[in-house]
Amino acid sequence: MLEQDGGLSLTIARIVQRLKGSSLHSQLERQARISLHNPEIKLESLKEDIKDFLKTSGWEKKLQNAVYSELNVFPSPCHPAAPPEHMKEPLAYMRKAQGSWEKRILKSLNSMCTELSIPLAQKRPASEQKELLNKWNEMGTDEPDLSLFRPVYAPKDFLEVLMNLRNPNYENGEQPSFRNHLGLIQVPLKVKDIPELKEDFSELDLNIGQLGIDDSAQVPPEFFENEHVRIGQKVLAEQDSAAAQQYVRQGCPTALRADLWALILNISNQPEDILYYEQLKSNVIQHDLLVDSLIYKDVKLTASNDDYYFVFEDYLYQVLLCFSRDTSVLEHFAYSSATPPKSYIQGKLGIEEYAVFYPPNGVIPFHGFSMYVAPLCFLYHEPSKLYQIFREMYVRFFFRLHSISSHPSGIVSLCLLFETLLQTHLPQLFYHLREIGAQPLRISFKWMVRAFSGYLATDQLLLLWDRILGYNSLEILAAIQK
Amino acid sequence: MSVQTIRNVFSVETGYRLSDDQIVNHFPNHYELTRKDLMVKNIKRYRKELEKEGSPLAEKDENGKYIYLDFVPVTFMLPADYNLFVEEFRKNPSSTWIMKPCGKAQGKGIFLINKLSQIKKWSRDSKTSSFVSQSSKEAYVISLYINNPLLIGGKKFDLRLYVLVSTYRPLRCYMYKLGFCRFCTVKYTPSTSELDNMFVHLTNVAIQKHGDDYNHIHGGKWTVSNLRLYLESTRGKEVTNKLFDEIHWIIVQSLKAVAPVMNNDKHCFECYGYDIIIDDKLKPWLIEVNASPSLTSSTANDRILKYNLINDTLNIAVPNGEIPDCKWNKSPPKEVLGNYEVLYDEEMAQSDGSDRDLRSRSGQSTGTKGNRGRDSGKPVLTTWK
Repeated sequence: MLEQDGGLSLTIARIVQRLKGSSLHSQLERQARISLHNPEIKLESLKEDIKDFLKTSGWEKKLQNAVYSELNVFPSPCHPAAPPEHMKEPLAYMRKAQGSWEKRILKSLNSMCTELSIPLAQKRPASEQKELLNKWNEMGTDEPDLSLFRPVYAPKDFLEVLMNLRNPNYENGEQPSFRNHLGLIQVPLKVKDIPELKEDFSELDLNIGQLGIDDSAQVPPEFFENEHVRIGQKVLAEQDSAAAQQYVRQGCPTALRADLWALILNISNQPEDILYYEQLKSNVIQHDLLVDSLIYKDVKLTASNDDYYFVFEDYLYQVLLCFSRDTSVLEHFAYSSATPPKSYIQGKLGIEEYAVFYPPNGVIPFHGFSMYVAPLCFLYHEPSKLYQIFREMYVRFFFRLHSISSHPSGIVSLCLLFETLLQTHLPQLFYHLREIGAQPLRISFKWMVRAFSGYLATDQLLLLWDRILGYNSLEILAAIQK
Repeated sequence: MSVQTIRNVFSVETGYRLSDDQIVNHFPNHYELTRKDLMVKNIKRYRKELEKEGSPLAEKDENGKYIYLDFVPVTFMLPADYNLFVEEFRKNPSSTWIMKPCGKAQGKGIFLINKLSQIKKWSRDSKTSSFVSQSSKEAYVISLYINNPLLIGGKKFDLRLYVLVSTYRPLRCYMYKLGFCRFCTVKYTPSTSELDNMFVHLTNVAIQKHGDDYNHIHGGKWTVSNLRLYLESTRGKEVTNKLFDEIHWIIVQSLKAVAPVMNNDKHCFECYGYDIIIDDKLKPWLIEVNASPSLTSSTANDRILKYNLINDTLNIAVPNGEIPDCKWNKSPPKEVLGNYEVLYDEEMAQSDGSDRDLRSRSGQSTGTKGNRGRDSGKPVLTTWK
């Protein structure tokens, strides 16, 4: 009992700590001060009156949304005495595996760097800066020579690593048999089975209306669609994050989706956010990073050739180039099993004072990375808002799809969940695919790593991502394939 | 059958008569709709007629512009209407105009002007007698250029929609659900320095495919459903529905405009390619109608689309794959429609007055706009899924 209370007060303390420095805090203070001019506020009941005022003017709701957002993003500490690595990843062997995977990626990046004799980062000459500024809205027409660049890794490389993951403490004394060694992932993680999933995802039950199914042309809108849209508009009017998250579990109406997602992710595009984006943009203009070329190459290979997303090519550059310079993304490494790669100023290898994170946001893009951004372009056409939505989606969900961890939404668990479900409920299909040499996970792995972007038609993809947001979990990716 | 052959088939000189089991894919005088100058002429005439009748469709607003029938940009025939054009030009000297040869296609011979001097040679030379008529090869139309097109990803695009007409009197037309948007490969700019850059302004695939950035995998084409998803997500459902309803309205009105002059030969059907541009206020404009829309494909998706288009067209024109009989009543059963949807059926609209309640589903107000349904019937299906 004491531990639980301890855990709760830790969480509260942490949230208060985080919100204290935020702009919301100063806004609330300012509002409270302004409210002193209000005639209703009386000196005797100052505290109560101000609280009431904040409630009626909607500020309390904003605070609620912010708290809710923090709760969603940061996992609760498991034990007050747990070291910080445990928040990232409790299992030691997982941490080790992630560490060696990162070393490999960094090595590959560095060797590409020396092969091509291009520095990891360099300042742009003034003329180039001016040119880039002019071309900011049409970087897609730029044709830099990218033939020598290769993506640092592709999903299939990552799959190989995951397949070789083993828990050294787990001795499976049984002989390899039909029951345990059929799948590719051989790690003893607990994954949910169908009854548990059914309970967790109860809103997706057959008895409950869903957008994407119950709003098709054959079904009259009175049954479900109209009412659902009405509720959605009400949720937006109330500006309640938690309600929105609950609501989207049944799918978002297309017209309301952009606002609902922004509400759930607690993005309001304040002037300081726009300013921050502009700052990132000027960072891009001033300095040239090696990863920029990787991003270019990735976009050209994937999104530019895609029937749905080719139109938005230029937006992708604007978002991804800024993303790689955004140091606020480093915060998510506190709860991710990954660690940002470090690089050293030339000639000072190993000396900690000369170490910088590279790329500045700590995320090295891989083949297909730009497809995380592409579907969002259907919803937001203002670059700074698009940027913030993507960044938030990344630090909440997408990072788990390409790092090794035991988190239930991590890619390892998703793979295991997928394989287990398939083995248990469609064993004939599973066995047949294995027999013909097509391990089912090999096929579905790339779908999951990209969260189906590029593999599903956009309107269906957005409905799927509605559920990811609604349940704050990526488990739906594995379960949906059944 | 090509348009050339049609001309021969129906020409008075050959004396060729189609027998009852022969169906052809063009109307004899389709050019009333598909030539740029005749289309505009017919629409102008249609509007004046409605105005004379006092029909509420021809209602004008306080600036003298038609409220419901203003869907073709201001257009003049050259050299015939040169003086009228100059008058209009002088009202807005900073405007841009687009010159299009009447009888050509695929973007050939089109250019933009913003100064009178650029079209001097079409001016009526006052010295020559007024009986001098230019040969039809040099006839041009000049229209007000829509310099504020809706841009997606910064690029200009237009809509290509396929409309099948099986008979003009009574008007029966079908709209193909799978139209597409054609994007330019270069970012749009209205700046005068780029007026000559056809890659910025003309969306014809025949032009764009010679551009540096042309991509053969997607061909710069988007499906109409993508457009719908994008507009609904970024602009809202009501305005998107309104846009698509207006597009259907434009198509039906343009067909009604030429219906009286069209030779409604019972051996004929025709599949038109409608080109529509949407401006940044989400107003659609009819640019032109093509009698022989390109049936070649530039990408894999394209090939599938066009194959299905031809298949469905023939299924409607000649149902059941039997030997056709031109005397049939041209009412195909619902099952053969395939990807077509009934756009307008005059017979059904006249006999069945309860259709107009469907409008409320599309979210349109039934105020003054509702009137336009009353007199002349309305599209049977107003929303698309």
